Amino acid sequence: MTVFELKERLSLTPVSLPDPEREVTGGYTGDLLSFVMGSAQSGDAWVTIMSNVNVIAVATLTDVSCVLLAGGVALDEGVAERAVAQGINVLSSPLSAFELCSKVAEQLS
Amino acid sequence: MSAPLTYRYDIDGENFTSAGEASVKVKKALRQLGFSQDVIRRVSIAMYEGEINMVIHANGGFAEVSVYPDRIVIVLDDKGPGIPNVDLAMQAGYSTAPEQIRSLGFGAGMGLPNMKANTDEMTIETEIGVGTKITMTVKVGT
Ligand SMILES: Nc1ncnc2c1ncn2[C@@H]1O[C@H](COP(=O)(O)OP(=O)(O)OP(=O)(O)O)[C@@H](O)[C@H]1O
Ligand SMILES: [Mg+2]
Repeated sequence: MTVFELKERLSLTPVSLPDPEREVTGGYTGDLLSFVMGSAQSGDAWVTIMSNVNVIAVATLTDVSCVLLAGGVALDEGVAERAVAQGINVLSSPLSAFELCSKVAEQLS
Repeated sequence: MSAPLTYRYDIDGENFTSAGEASVKVKKALRQLGFSQDVIRRVSIAMYEGEINMVIHANGGFAEVSVYPDRIVIVLDDKGPGIPNVDLAMQAGYSTAPEQIRSLGFGAGMGLPNMKANTDEMTIETEIGVGTKITMTVKVGT
């Protein structure tokens, strides 16, 4: 499933979508960046409520397929532009992290 | 021994917005050089954690990444406060990160353990009031 397909199926709102055809191969959730750094895998959809610019660096370095902002969180000022520039997909959802994870897991199974 | 390909970066201790930029540059360079996903991932994680630590805990510093045929060596050098108890600092979950830094998602106390777990060798030279120098080696599978 691609990031674009995931967006359609879960009614996600695109915040930055430079690479919609990227394949989603798994999922990870967490807000503490060094946990994410150590555990998220390439291709994962990363569900988080963190909104600052460091999210983009971590997403770039872990090579996740997309960042999914849960709980209706919006990115901090200027961060979306950075995501676009770095080629990082970011989408948001009003669902809680728990609900969003369960929906992502459903799609992946 | 042929001279290594070396990348050098000044890490700005004031700027949280650019924190991680050197690591992103190194990742791109290694990808262009054709290293495996696994090597790129390990170097990226180790370098990022070290880079962020220099920004958060040491007011910035200097990073040098040397690429040899059989290994990649990352040196992170700062003039920060030093680490009083390295064994303690290496423990998962130990952190002295202040509250406003924690609110950004740092401070899990997992950075140094991540660096150790993703490298084949890691040495920490540190002196209170003088600084910290961390040298990490990632071997490149042949
Ligand atoms: N370059 C450094 N200079 C001085 N102290 C450091 C340095 N790097 C790490 N430390 C000390 O070691 C502790 C543990 O570091 P570690 O990277 O494991 O966790 P953290 O940075 O606090 O949190 P996290 O990395 O999970 O965001 C830090 O809280 C800090 O006290
Ligand atoms: Mg750290």
